[in-house]
Amino acid sequence: MSDTFTAVMDQLPTADVLARSPLYQHSALRGDGLQLQENALATQLVIRGNTDDASFVQGVAKATGLALPGNLQSEANNDWRLRWIAPDEWLLTGPANAAFTMETALRENLSGHYAVINVSGGQTLVRLSGANARAVLMKSCPYDVHDRNFPAGKVVSTVFAKSQAIISRLGDDEWELVVRRSFADYIWRWLVDAGQEFGLSEHA
Amino acid sequence: MFYIHCPYCDEHREEEEFHAKGQAHIARPLDPDACTDEEWGNFLYFRANPRGIHHELWVHAAGCRKFFNITRDTQTYAILETYRLGEQPSVTSQS
Ligand SMILES: [Zn+2]
Repeated sequence: MSDTFTAVMDQLPTADVLARSPLYQHSALRGDGLQLQENALATQLVIRGNTDDASFVQGVAKATGLALPGNLQSEANNDWRLRWIAPDEWLLTGPANAAFTMETALRENLSGHYAVINVSGGQTLVRLSGANARAVLMKSCPYDVHDRNFPAGKVVSTVFAKSQAIISRLGDDEWELVVRRSFADYIWRWLVDAGQEFGLSEHA
Repeated sequence: MFYIHCPYCDEHREEEEFHAKGQAHIARPLDPDACTDEEWGNFLYFRANPRGIHHELWVHAAGCRKFFNITRDTQTYAILETYRLGEQPSVTSQS
């Protein structure tokens, strides 16, 4: 069992290790019925496994407190959100600096054929909220974000602003994007531009 | 533009989320060393280009990133079915 721990590395072992989110130069913005904010340095783990394997399903539930969601769905508690991103792949996001503890907990509860990968440094979370958030999304991606097709709890990986994003609807007026680190600055600027008509500006 | 049903997401998505990967159901020779140059060349390079029903491999690149198959009419562009890897088409040029 111990050999599954050789891959685990605490990427932020002490407070003096400099961690910088890809959007550290941008601060949260507020417009008319529109707020834009990075959830910086959140823990992000990709979990892979087979749902036909009962020990995998139970192990994830034990470590995270969440049941593995089915197609295009997510499960969440106060700290953690587990998103379906493929039939054998889920993205778990949670508080900053919790990656090492959660990855260790997952590996303690899983065995056999599975994978846990810390992708916290490779992508970041952007929160889009307010009554006009949906209008900004409509301008940015071809996916139908209407209530009847995109209720709260749904998760969709799709093309976004000529890049890609995993879009989650957290509530009526609450959306979250998972974007690649190297595209984060571009997507942030795209969102500010798209939010201009709702009073969003970086030069307040 | 195609509006494609991904058999893994179980949802229709815009074509720009997908990439076409060519002819489907091409079996790799089990023992490449035992192939003649012609057999290996046919496996690597030669593809069918039918007018009418064609089975193609596609990938849901911006979505779930799974590969799957599409039966498509190359004459009308109609997508007749999509199905998972490992499955066989229910619509063929014989049926
Ligand atoms: Zn898909």
